[in-house]
Amino acid sequence: MSVDNETVRRAAKLARIAVADEDVPGLAKELSSILDWVEQLSEVDVEGVEPMTSVTPMDLKRRTDEVTDGGIQDKILANAPDAREGFFAVPKVVE
Amino acid sequence: MDELSSMTIAEARDRLRARDVTSREITEACLSEIESASALNAVVTSTPDKALEMADAADAALAAGDAPALAGIPLGVKDVFCTEGVRSQAASAILEDFTPTYESTVTAKLWDAGAVHLGKLNMDEFAMGSSTEHTCYGACVSPWRRAGDTAPITAGGSSGGSAAAVAAGLCLGATGTDTGGSIRQPAAFTGTTGIKPTYGRCSRWGIIAYASSLDQAGPIARSVRDCAILLGAMAGHDPKDSTSADLAVPDFEAALTEDLRGKRIGLPKEYGEGLGAEMQATWDKGAEMLRDAGAEVVEISLPHTKYALPAYYIIAPAEASSNLARYDGVRYGYRAELAQGDGIVEMYERTRAEGFGKEVQRRVLVGAYVLSAGYYDAYYLRAQRVRTLIKRDFEAAFEGVDAILAPATPGPAFGLGEMEGDPVQMYLQDVFTVTLNLAGLPGLSVPVTLASNGLPLGLQIIGKAWDEAGILGVGHALEARAGFTAKPERWW
Amino acid sequence: MTALAYTEPAPKVIAGLKDDWELVIGMEVHAQVASKSKLFSGASTAFGAEPNSNVSLVDAAMPGMLPVINEFCVEQAVRTGLGLKAEINLRSVFDRKNYFYPDLPQGYQISQYKHPVVGEGEVLVDMEPGVGRRVRIERIHLEQDAGKSIHDMDPAMSFVDLNRTGVALMEIVSRPDIRGPEEAAEYVRKLRQILRYLGTCDGNMQEGSLRADVNVSVCRRGAYEKYRETGDFSHLGTRCEIKNMNSMRFIQQAIEFEARRQIAIIEDGGTVDQETRLYDPVKGETRSMRSKEEAHDYRYFPDPDLLPLEFSQAWVDGIGASLPELPDDKKARFVKDYGVTEYDASVLTADVEHADFFEAVAKGRDGKQAANWVINELFGRLNKESTPVSESPVSAAQLGGVIDLIAKGDISGKIAKDLFEILWTEGGDPAEVVEARGMKQVTDTGAIEAAVDEVLAANPDKVEQAKAKPSMAGWFVGQVMKATQGKANPQAVQALVKQKLGVE
Repeated sequence: MSVDNETVRRAAKLARIAVADEDVPGLAKELSSILDWVEQLSEVDVEGVEPMTSVTPMDLKRRTDEVTDGGIQDKILANAPDAREGFFAVPKVVE
Repeated sequence: MDELSSMTIAEARDRLRARDVTSREITEACLSEIESASALNAVVTSTPDKALEMADAADAALAAGDAPALAGIPLGVKDVFCTEGVRSQAASAILEDFTPTYESTVTAKLWDAGAVHLGKLNMDEFAMGSSTEHTCYGACVSPWRRAGDTAPITAGGSSGGSAAAVAAGLCLGATGTDTGGSIRQPAAFTGTTGIKPTYGRCSRWGIIAYASSLDQAGPIARSVRDCAILLGAMAGHDPKDSTSADLAVPDFEAALTEDLRGKRIGLPKEYGEGLGAEMQATWDKGAEMLRDAGAEVVEISLPHTKYALPAYYIIAPAEASSNLARYDGVRYGYRAELAQGDGIVEMYERTRAEGFGKEVQRRVLVGAYVLSAGYYDAYYLRAQRVRTLIKRDFEAAFEGVDAILAPATPGPAFGLGEMEGDPVQMYLQDVFTVTLNLAGLPGLSVPVTLASNGLPLGLQIIGKAWDEAGILGVGHALEARAGFTAKPERWW
Repeated sequence: MTALAYTEPAPKVIAGLKDDWELVIGMEVHAQVASKSKLFSGASTAFGAEPNSNVSLVDAAMPGMLPVINEFCVEQAVRTGLGLKAEINLRSVFDRKNYFYPDLPQGYQISQYKHPVVGEGEVLVDMEPGVGRRVRIERIHLEQDAGKSIHDMDPAMSFVDLNRTGVALMEIVSRPDIRGPEEAAEYVRKLRQILRYLGTCDGNMQEGSLRADVNVSVCRRGAYEKYRETGDFSHLGTRCEIKNMNSMRFIQQAIEFEARRQIAIIEDGGTVDQETRLYDPVKGETRSMRSKEEAHDYRYFPDPDLLPLEFSQAWVDGIGASLPELPDDKKARFVKDYGVTEYDASVLTADVEHADFFEAVAKGRDGKQAANWVINELFGRLNKESTPVSESPVSAAQLGGVIDLIAKGDISGKIAKDLFEILWTEGGDPAEVVEARGMKQVTDTGAIEAAVDEVLAANPDKVEQAKAKPSMAGWFVGQVMKATQGKANPQAVQALVKQKLGVE
């Protein structure tokens, strides 16, 4: 099994998903089965092969520097779970 | 099924223009069908008032003789498209009641073309799934059943709601998105037609992202012609999407042909390995039909085929883990109830644990893992290299053929719950479709026959980049010879 | 252009209880691109707007939103790279840096990790005439700024404003070549000067347009040289990163404090933890940032919403051709062409406006005298009244006119100062003012002689004293100057006084 409980906890921490202790072994098993399965990629000879960066080769279009957006505070806050005085409010962040 | 809501788009278009029927009549027929089809759970948000208003506007335009291409055609929209003022959740509890203040480019183009918005369609949460069971709205049920059986069958996924709605006559066509097969597989499972265009053909702006380098929008409809019509309206360059192609959109409908003389069609030999007899026979039959249409059919090789799915299940979760980081309970959607003393980290972790479904959590965790320090090269970078090889396979193959004919799925639709508990088994459903997403190529799923258990089987036509017109032509020829007219027997 | 020669300054040495310690400092300067709109959205970058008003749907990371790059920002990064004599990468890649923070709506920052738009360059940090540190630049990349979290508006909540979110930053990363607090401040000053010359960043530190993360470590003598020889960082001490500094003074104080903190730990037998710290200017100390303590695993990968950023050498060359003369070159030229001291050249080239003003004054005149007038009178006065040079009441042409009048002998240096005052407060053409107000220097010997005679006649006792004590002559000169309202030529007065008193 390639993924142990500790790895699941670490990935969950990185992904900011709370995982109950009792769910960790099950998840470890599922992730292991997925990762063991993708492991077959190690058979492929990728020596000297460029990793893909854009699937359909195109130039990155650039826009001109003009203010064309903004001034929509109402829309920005419209779906907020907690908005106050024009701000999004979240539980206190300690720096 | 109501006759009006079961028309093809082409037929409805002609009758609307002949003033033989009004958009309001067709729209009302669709709304009434939707009303009575709650057992399918295909439509998750219905917008009758909006629909009728749009229908009336279309009727007025039709009466005035300046109606745009899709005037008065009622469509369903996959819940993954952001639609202004209409709840858009990508079937996720984390986007609880999210009501966009904006309209996705693709749907905006459809409404500009006069189409009527019936409502939002069920899907797998964030388009992650092949069965439309992983959804906050509850599973979508296919209108199809196995012969002599009442067990609920999947409409496929992730665009299962779109496929079910089109197959059950709830709308004339629907939008879908396809990241690993999410248009083509549901279409094949429900006897409908769906096309995933070339990556970059349709704008992704306003479509809730799953895996950005793979996601493409496309239509599911009742015929190849309808797909051509819808795709023509959906496609086109969008300056708001840096990956959308600045290319002219051809007249797809005009490119439909039944004559394939001079065309070479490839059959990838790797796709036959381990294929069930019934699907193999269907594929052979399809090849025969194309020969009958004048095409030369040859065997080709796509040697890295078997690595496509594993590569996909690294790349897609990696991108998803990042794309879904924005669902944090700060600016929109669900925010978990917090206990006394809980801080921001608890808010994130609980919101995301409660808001994301199991399959989404699984993929986000896989994605975070394969990108994490020490694993990036072994997983993500290697997968992107394999992706290059897969694309090269196709490039080499397309030097000798104009299009490729392949199965769309390993077999007919499976029963709801049958794949539960084994994620990899479920992932294998996408084995024939996912390669195209990795290579950015267009693919069209066309229903060909019914399997012995009474469920539809479809074939897939794969084209060169930007050659949607070509595969629509081949599909049209295949459709004409397959003569697939079966409809699900109404039980809902 | 002949470059000026520099020798390296000595590194700052701090004596601990047991040992002498040297400082090693590297900096990441975040310079806001002087663009109207954001890096990937069309929202305004204006400072001081209502919360969440300069925010687009893209900046707020609404579902389905996508980035589109601002061409001007790319151009400014290239321009900055060229200004720092750096290598420009014709192909660069935008990556996602993944982490969670309330003012980071996407859950990732779009940045450039493995393939930045600008590669290695150099900044010459001049400490004093003839002494300068060449600080190697490792890279410059483009990235998005984050929003702002406000923690003091509510006891239980933090408030988030996304106005800054997505503003384009150039992150300018130096090698650890800075060797002291003063050098660090001078490095930021020099970078700011170059950016302002280039026009790529307004350099406004109060508004946060220029901020620095400072990496500080300490090492024993000789260790740094070993690092430079081998490139092996293990010769250096463990570094701490002091985040988000936006004042030169605080940068110096924070480095000083941090170095002493580290020395105390090491000498006490402990080890320095590599961590992120914040400087508290009130307490004058740095403290560990709890929120950033967690092990960083940013899971960088190329942003699939963007394609690689590619441009041609010809495009880069076009930008290169439009670069202005930069501070080092300008300074060397001022020394060479105008004969000013290196120190004065530094003052005059501090920014483009000042340098241009000086050149307009100095053109066709004595460079040294022009520098004196510009620096001491004009800049001094502007400084005192907090007036920017662009709004100077006395123009370069007017000041040039004053210098011309001195050169012609029409006015004395003292009268010139009075004239300057009139021009400052009332304006006018210098020659006309002098004419109209009878300020012209009296060179008529007859008139001066009459004045001298008058003063001598009025002070017979002083005349007697002066004959015994020749230094008294100066008093008579002063009296004559006073009587002529300063218009008499002082040299002529002096000569006549001495002659009439019969003293040498």
